[in-house]
Amino acid sequence: MSPYVIFFAAIFTNNIALTYFLGMCPFIAVSRDLKTATGMGIAVIFVMSLTALFAWPVYHWLLVPYHVQYLQLVSFIIIIAALVQVVEMIIERFSPTLYINMGVFLPLITVNCAILGLALFMILRNYSFIQSMAYAVGSGIGWLVVIVAMAGIRTKLVFAKVPKALEGPGITMIIAGLMALGFMGFAGIVNLQ
Amino acid sequence: MWADNPTFRMVLGICSALAVTNKLTNTLAMCIAVIFVTTASSVTVSLLRRAIPRRVRMAVYTLIIATYVVFVDQYLKAFYPAISEAMGPYVGLIITNCIIMGRAETYASSNPPGRAFLDALGVGLGYAMSLIIVAFVRELLGFGTLFDHRVLGSWWEPWVIMVMAPGAFIVLGLYIWLLRGFQMRK
Repeated sequence: MSPYVIFFAAIFTNNIALTYFLGMCPFIAVSRDLKTATGMGIAVIFVMSLTALFAWPVYHWLLVPYHVQYLQLVSFIIIIAALVQVVEMIIERFSPTLYINMGVFLPLITVNCAILGLALFMILRNYSFIQSMAYAVGSGIGWLVVIVAMAGIRTKLVFAKVPKALEGPGITMIIAGLMALGFMGFAGIVNLQ
Repeated sequence: MWADNPTFRMVLGICSALAVTNKLTNTLAMCIAVIFVTTASSVTVSLLRRAIPRRVRMAVYTLIIATYVVFVDQYLKAFYPAISEAMGPYVGLIITNCIIMGRAETYASSNPPGRAFLDALGVGLGYAMSLIIVAFVRELLGFGTLFDHRVLGSWWEPWVIMVMAPGAFIVLGLYIWLLRGFQMRK
């Protein structure tokens, strides 16, 4: 399958948040305002691309030749934790302002299941290296699009009269459901399986 | 189990809650896996709590959890290949389930193993309960079945949307609404 198809499918039809429910905790927690949502989204794109860049070679060149595929979970989580740590250090060194703005979100990304999910899907679907990279960047962008849209809706929602008990996570879930319905409208353009 | 229900009250660990709840069978397997991993890792963290340096504790917790998840994953692959297939990568994603990490960090790291075990068990059961009620509605309305047995007759037109992604979000949203409504009235 062409990497372009994978790239667009990852953004629209097979969106990692809306069809695979990945990265939902920050999706609910961080989508209160546009600025933080954008920051988190960009950080996720960055970490996802790096994860694919490292996880693919580790799996195919290290785990497969030695027949230790069952170590994939452990090695992926180590890769992700290490990457987040390194990215944090680099940003802190070169751009302290960006670091202060993103500081809170960076460590959170380690436990963002979207990142690990992406690595697992790319192995499960037997993607080549190029395909994996397209999938990673696409998924990151897809996640950013959805969390920014959600933050936009939620800033408007402040003025709406939501039942008291439905406020916060409840209404966010229902909006996510409606967004997922909306995104289903893209089905048929491209599809992955 | 109720007051601190991880899924409805704190909205944690919902990735897996949403992904596996289209069928009760998968849900049950997921719940057992999560209860096992939560209790085992809580007890381990509690036993090692004096030996783990503060600075690297997150990494150590992640590794402990990952070890147990690999165990569950391999066990399912070996003995229940069908369930393992249906759950796809979501078994592996138990590692990033914030509930487990949360328990390790807030409770197990400062309490003896026995109490850590009970705490983890309670949280795990609470998680299981909420997943099962979500799955119940979704499978019933989406397929007209429960545990793959037909309960609603052939007159039932399945709501396909229930077993797809939007159904999951909406059912969970409505449950949160219901539960918080009750709590507020008290």
